[in-house]
Parts: sequence; C-alpha cells; structure tokens
Amino acid sequence: MAPTARPTVTAPLSPHLQVYRWTWTMAMSVFHRITGTALYGGTVLVAIWLVALAAGPAAYGWVAGFFGSVFGKLVLFAYTWVLLHHMLGGLRHFVWDVGHGFDRERRMWLARGTLIGSVILTVLIWAIALVIR
Amino acid sequence: MAQPSPSLRTPRARVKGLGASGHGAGHWWQQRVTAALNIPLMIGFIVIIAMMAGRPYPEAVALVSHPLAALVLIGGVISVTLHMRIGMQVVIEDYVHDKGLKFAALFANTTYAVAVAVACLYAILRVSLARLV
Repeated sequence: MAPTARPTVTAPLSPHLQVYRWTWTMAMSVFHRITGTALYGGTVLVAIWLVALAAGPAAYGWVAGFFGSVFGKLVLFAYTWVLLHHMLGGLRHFVWDVGHGFDRERRMWLARGTLIGSVILTVLIWAIALVIR
Repeated sequence: MAQPSPSLRTPRARVKGLGASGHGAGHWWQQRVTAALNIPLMIGFIVIIAMMAGRPYPEAVALVSHPLAALVLIGGVISVTLHMRIGMQVVIEDYVHDKGLKFAALFANTTYAVAVAVACLYAILRVSLARLV
C-alpha cells in the first residue's frame, strides 16, 4: 500500500512571543532557557580547567592565569550568577511541579525572587570567598 | 493481504493502541532527578573552585585528588552533562523544525555532552588516581 500523501497545512500558525506583553513570569521563563544555554556552553570552561590540571603545571598555570585576570574574574562572576539564577529558577519549577505557587501573587513573587535572590547569593558567595582569602 | 508493514511497531503494540504512552515521562523525570542532584553537587563545585583560586599547582592537584572533592566533581560532571543534554534537546526540538537540521543538531548535542563528560572524567581520574602511583 502506498503511503497516503498528507494534505498541506495552510492554516495560520498560532501567534508566538511577540504578541504578548512582557511580564515577570514570562521574562524569567525565557531567562531560564538563556541561562541554561549559557551554562551548556560554559561547561567547556570547566573541561578546559580540569584537562589543564591533568596536563601539568604549564597548562594549568596558563588557565589559572586567565581566570585570575580581571577578564577571567568577570567571566567567573557572571558564571556564578548565571548558575545560581538557573538553580533558583529550577527550584521555582519544583514548587510548581508539586502544585504550588500558581496564583498571581505567588508566581510574581517567585519570579522576582529568582532574580533578586540570584543577585544577592552571587554577591554573598564572592564576598565570602574574598574575605576568607 | 500480506503486505510488508511500513511501521516498526509490533502487532501487540498496535492492538494495545496506546502509542508512546507510558514512555513519555522518562526525560521529564530524568531532568528533575538530575536537577535535584545538581544543587548539592554544584554547591560543592563552587566551594572547590573557590578553595583552588590563586593556589599553586601542587596544592590545586592535592585538592582535586582528595577523594571527597574527586567524588563531588565526578558526580557533578555526570549529573550536569545528563541534565544539559536533555535541556538542549528540548530547546532544539522547540526551535529547529527542519528534519535534517534537527537531526544534525540533536546528534551534535549528544556528541558535545559526551565529549565534555569524557574529557572532565578522564582529567579528574588522571589527577586523583595519579596519587596511587
């Protein structure tokens, strides 16, 4: 039996992001994907760091020198923030997964809390790391 | 009429008529489990990185080769690479609609995740097991 040809779909596609007003929850949802994608690429830095450590003092010195520079520290600071933002965003999803936090008040609070919490935690971690040093 | 079936679905599966139901939540669960595991593992990772910053090579090697640090890093690499592979797969399936391009992107996604995992795991083992000899 010959496979039947599917009729061409000519119906309009449903509207996408551009037709909606930006809200906190929508922004944080989009941002969760962006931070996830950034972390995905950032794992290369972790791999470079570990491989350099295994390769020997010369390679490690070069990589440690990069991360110790002003630009390297900026990358690490941004990395910390993106990681924590994605982590808090994930915790927000856990709250939703168990069926809580869907009403307007709470979901807005959760979305704002993700951004504010990630900034506070990032600054706190760097402050502790620099004080202990 | 005995016609060769174009489907790989078994006759039993066709009779049951349940399609892919019962298998659809696998990735969803794996994403939740790895997300939960990522939280303690990434906190450990941040602590290890903060402790290593600015240390000379022998001290950095000693830190990573400590069994607890090595185990946290190995667990972190496995959990994170599994998590990021599924996450990127969802992003690809959402935005890449061309069949060939989607296949290529999914192939590259798995290759990237495995490459990062293998490089990191080899480096961790190389550094920590070198202690034995």
